[in-house]
Amino acid sequence: MADKVLITIRDEVVAPRFDLATEVLIATLGPDGEVLEKKTMVLPHASPEDLCHQILVEEVQTVICGGIEEEFLQYLTWKKRAVLDSVMGPWQRALDRYRQGDLQAGAILYERAGVA
Amino acid sequence: MEASVAASAEIHGLLKTPLDLASLVDAVPIGLAVLDRDRQVVLLNRALEALTGFDRDEVRGVPCRDVLRSNFCPQSCPALEASDSGQAAVREGNIINRDRRRIPIRLTSLPLRNAAGERAGFLETVEDLSGRMRPAEGLGPDLGLDRMIGRSTQMEELFHMLPVIAQTDSSVLITGETGTGKDMLAEAIHRISARAREPFIKVNCGALPETLLESELFGHKKGTFTGAVADKPGRLRLAHGGSLYLTEIGDLPLPLQVKLLTFLDDRVVYPLGDTRGYAADVRIIAATNHHLEEMVREGRFRADLLFRLNVVRLHLPPLRERGGDAALLLSHFLARYAARFKKKIRGFSDEARARLLAYAYPGNVRELRNIVEYAVNVCQEDEVGVGHLPAYLSEAEAGRDAPASAAIGSRLLARPETDMDTAGPVKWSDIEKRLIVNALIRSGGRKKDAAELLGWGRSTLWRKMKHYGLDA
Repeated sequence: MADKVLITIRDEVVAPRFDLATEVLIATLGPDGEVLEKKTMVLPHASPEDLCHQILVEEVQTVICGGIEEEFLQYLTWKKRAVLDSVMGPWQRALDRYRQGDLQAGAILYERAGVA
Repeated sequence: MEASVAASAEIHGLLKTPLDLASLVDAVPIGLAVLDRDRQVVLLNRALEALTGFDRDEVRGVPCRDVLRSNFCPQSCPALEASDSGQAAVREGNIINRDRRRIPIRLTSLPLRNAAGERAGFLETVEDLSGRMRPAEGLGPDLGLDRMIGRSTQMEELFHMLPVIAQTDSSVLITGETGTGKDMLAEAIHRISARAREPFIKVNCGALPETLLESELFGHKKGTFTGAVADKPGRLRLAHGGSLYLTEIGDLPLPLQVKLLTFLDDRVVYPLGDTRGYAADVRIIAATNHHLEEMVREGRFRADLLFRLNVVRLHLPPLRERGGDAALLLSHFLARYAARFKKKIRGFSDEARARLLAYAYPGNVRELRNIVEYAVNVCQEDEVGVGHLPAYLSEAEAGRDAPASAAIGSRLLARPETDMDTAGPVKWSDIEKRLIVNALIRSGGRKKDAAELLGWGRSTLWRKMKHYGLDA
């Protein structure tokens, strides 16, 4: 079954805050994690409520984001969306790790000296 | 100074012997961050670790915008301004910490220069302004306290005594059914106390296995166990000067109950594998929806710990005992969600209001909030009607209780279970236990799927299974 994932992005990285994200990447993944479709959307303004609405309208199953307030996380969880929050680093790496089934909430994906 | 060597950085030439930088910054009671020229984290002090929830070793080398997560970082980076002007740059705004709390802060960024006068990095101070803010959400003081709302006698009594209790340092035990607002009350006590400017740290005692919880609470010393690659101070030390909120205290394993009791006696934290003790001035606020006295009788909770925690006991009444508060909360949440979802809804129809007010709300305020949110989402008219309410409300009319969230109702009660239609009065705990069993049967025993079916997190399911003895 196809999996639709949304990543809040800013430039080349996962946006540090869900409520301030003005750009999202939505990827539809096939059963083996292959990207069937990928699109980026620029939002008219940063609004966590509108972003939640967009997630529901787009029928996104998994949200990958940076910091998110408990209220919005609870709302998305209530709406049966999986949320991987506090993810830090390049969004492409986040997507790759997610496709490999190797992305957890709180993952730090920056390459750093002395850190594996 | 490179990020990789920050853990052992020393200051030479100031005193006769080299000074350990980390110890120096940890002694400062406000949040401090040292950033390199690229604005990547080199060092956080303990106060900033407590505020952000991030461990200094974990985020070393990460851009500060990902760690601080302030609302001004994307548009107007204070470090860049400080770098351009050579002067301190100050911003007021908010951050979202690892515990997903929004915290108002003031940040000051200062450029750091090396001995040759070249730009070497930045020093940032971060002050928690929570204690200075008026956090009420547009409600007059006659309707509640902090973010809590209520006009019933029980709630008014609570609001009346809260400011007095907040000014003491006594341990507080909050009891109440699920969804009554125990977390909100704990935070309110902290925010109106003299400790408001210091950290408020929450630990869910039911969410972690015993060994992890011990390390989380009391910290550990590097090398104590596999994976302990650095010293960890633990939440008790991070909460120094502030409040530690222990939610689901009834789930605290017995060995840790002893360790917490020892801390409450002498106020010294002994991290795992460390022979040294660290003094910590922390107010303990604990909460539970269990009957602790009963647990003491059953030998599952220590009587001496109960006595220590029970210095001040605050009970949050269930919504069904709060008189007219349900009507007040319905109006409040309708206004909130109508504004949030940009809908022009003026109120509830008489029939919908009557049904909502007649309902028992076993999931209390949280359930009421979820129902209103669901109704506002569904409603396309200017008035919420019966048809906009979750279906299980009509099924519950015959005096039966219903699940604690609209989500559970839509997923599990959409297919009524015959064994749940027990004649006569039934207890919510029995229904909840059966819901869990049914969800586990339907998911073929897969807890992840069962949790999803119930609309809960996996830790909630794990905790509740443990509570009902279903985890064997």
